[in-house]
Amino acid sequence: MSHTVAMGQAGLIPESRKSAGRLLIVLTSLLLAATVIFQILDASGVFTFGLPDWRPSLYAYIVWAISIGISQVMMRGEAGHKALFLLPALLFTVAMVIFPTVFGFYIAFSEWNLSSFDGQKFNGLDNLRTLYNDSYFWNALRNMTFYVASVLLQYALAFGLALLLNADIRARKFFRVAFLLPFMLSPVAVSWMIGKSLMEFRFGPIAAFARHLGWDNPAFFTTPWIARFSILALDAWVWLPFMIILILAGLQAMPKDIQEAAKVDGAAGWTSFWHITFPLMLPVSVTTIVLRIIFQLKLADIVINTTSGGPGGATDTVSSFIFREYRDRSNVGYGTMAAEVYLIIIIIFITILLNLVGRFMRREAAQ
Amino acid sequence: MTTASEAYAARRRASQPWNWNRATAKVLIYAALLTWAFICLFPIYWTISTSFKTAVNVTQGDIIPFIGRFQGDWKGWRSLGLSPDTIFQVSTVRDEFLLRFGNSVMASVGASLLAVIIGAPAAYGLARFNYKFGPWRNKDISFFFLSQLLLPPVVLAMPFLVLYKELALLDNLIGLILVYTLMVLPIVIWITRDQFETIPIELEQAALVDGCTIWGAFIRIVLPLALPGLVAAFILSVVLCWNEYFFAALLTSTNAKTVPVMVASQTGSQGISWWTMAALSTGAIAPLIVIGVFLERYIVKGLTAGAVK
Repeated sequence: MSHTVAMGQAGLIPESRKSAGRLLIVLTSLLLAATVIFQILDASGVFTFGLPDWRPSLYAYIVWAISIGISQVMMRGEAGHKALFLLPALLFTVAMVIFPTVFGFYIAFSEWNLSSFDGQKFNGLDNLRTLYNDSYFWNALRNMTFYVASVLLQYALAFGLALLLNADIRARKFFRVAFLLPFMLSPVAVSWMIGKSLMEFRFGPIAAFARHLGWDNPAFFTTPWIARFSILALDAWVWLPFMIILILAGLQAMPKDIQEAAKVDGAAGWTSFWHITFPLMLPVSVTTIVLRIIFQLKLADIVINTTSGGPGGATDTVSSFIFREYRDRSNVGYGTMAAEVYLIIIIIFITILLNLVGRFMRREAAQ
Repeated sequence: MTTASEAYAARRRASQPWNWNRATAKVLIYAALLTWAFICLFPIYWTISTSFKTAVNVTQGDIIPFIGRFQGDWKGWRSLGLSPDTIFQVSTVRDEFLLRFGNSVMASVGASLLAVIIGAPAAYGLARFNYKFGPWRNKDISFFFLSQLLLPPVVLAMPFLVLYKELALLDNLIGLILVYTLMVLPIVIWITRDQFETIPIELEQAALVDGCTIWGAFIRIVLPLALPGLVAAFILSVVLCWNEYFFAALLTSTNAKTVPVMVASQTGSQGISWWTMAALSTGAIAPLIVIGVFLERYIVKGLTAGAVK
């Protein structure tokens, strides 16, 4: 952080260049506003120019964004050059996130079936009321708590595997690559590879193995709890490598002399783990678990492709529920309302979680 | 890191007498490692081998090739038009598969490139300069980018569906690339910022004294030094985009469909044969296995950036 934005240099820029920059912003802003207003009037039928789509507004936004960048350089010199580093990413993200999210709230309060010709109909709080009474939505939320809670189980397993990888072993490179591979594979392919073929009732080797162990009827996706745990197994298979890698990196960053001291003091493996390794790994563990929970909240692909939420919604996640809501009924308004409510729940949940984690870490540090 | 820890391990080995407890522990560790490696690799082996099976191999659950019934057959690949005897013939399925494959390559490489091109400068700016946008400082801007990770795809999917319909970007690769760029941008910024922070600031200051502009110093001095971080960010992005299903399923239909969507649509259809599905899945995961085996350290670098300090 050694450079500071050099405000002093602004004085060196000739006034004519500054006003040219200002003029550029004004002109392109006017162009953007005019294009959007023209398109709104055209779409609402005030007059019929008949533009086929909203691309002109998109192009106008791009021109506006570029001119903001150019005028920054013209008006502010070096500070403008520095702003130019950040502007593309910022303008891109704002356009791609803020606008759709706000637009999403607008859609959420309407009845909008994309496959019918009626178009959008504003219906106030109806979607919210329907959602409140939709047992499938509440069911999906309950399932999410189960899936999120399972992260702790996955964490314990990942920690164990990371410790194994960190042990004094040969062929470490082979094991590291082997352990990483499941994370690389597309969840959709995994759904078929494991969910629909290895775990298949008639010919799948896992089912055959289960029969061999004495389970007469190894149907992995027909009873609610077994289906839930099967999805969990698939999910863990894909995501454990992510946690293993983070924890392993933490283990390798730990000073060797601390580990060594534990050994010299005569602490046996288990005690030295609980008293030295585990407390030292707490920050990494917390980061890993929080990141993993954030990704777990988006769980969808595996559920959609293996069970499509079944049996009877037992494995449904909020994302897969909304996906079906759209696929089966093309109801954009209701689906968006469900998604926005879910977003609010996520933000509240993560804020509370981060607060709790922060408090917990401070208490640990104080001890 | 590895050599140091191995030298250390060798010293420990030499200094301690061999005993039964240690030997048992060794055996248990290797047993656990091998078991988990088997769990990780078997589904991949199963998929690849199933693509060479016949109906009887599937129903009998044959696993080991070249013994008894399971002699290997090009059935699965023939149905995709990719077996030795069909590769030079006209095949609509192969054209379809290659089109999807090409779409996936374009979407993932295009989005990852775009994300690195706009993300790396932003990360550099956030690592080096002090910004002030109204009440927003660097910390707030970084948090804004990172908070995008929280957003589940469903929240954006439907507004995008409606917007893209209006913008004529539905079923369009450009549209898909823009969404994917948005998806990986926070990750790219996170990884590259971590990399830029390891570069000593004196190098850039020297370049500035020599008359470089800040962009000149960034492009000529900083970028070459930060290359490992950029590559890690790019490769991780490619993997994430290649595997993306949710947006692709909603926003594409005929032209811009990607491989995961094709795999998913085949999974859903009843009566599709296992060997075809296996060949299709093999095609979908083959590039990833290559990346995983040869570029493992970049993936690990990307995943651990900033998370472990």
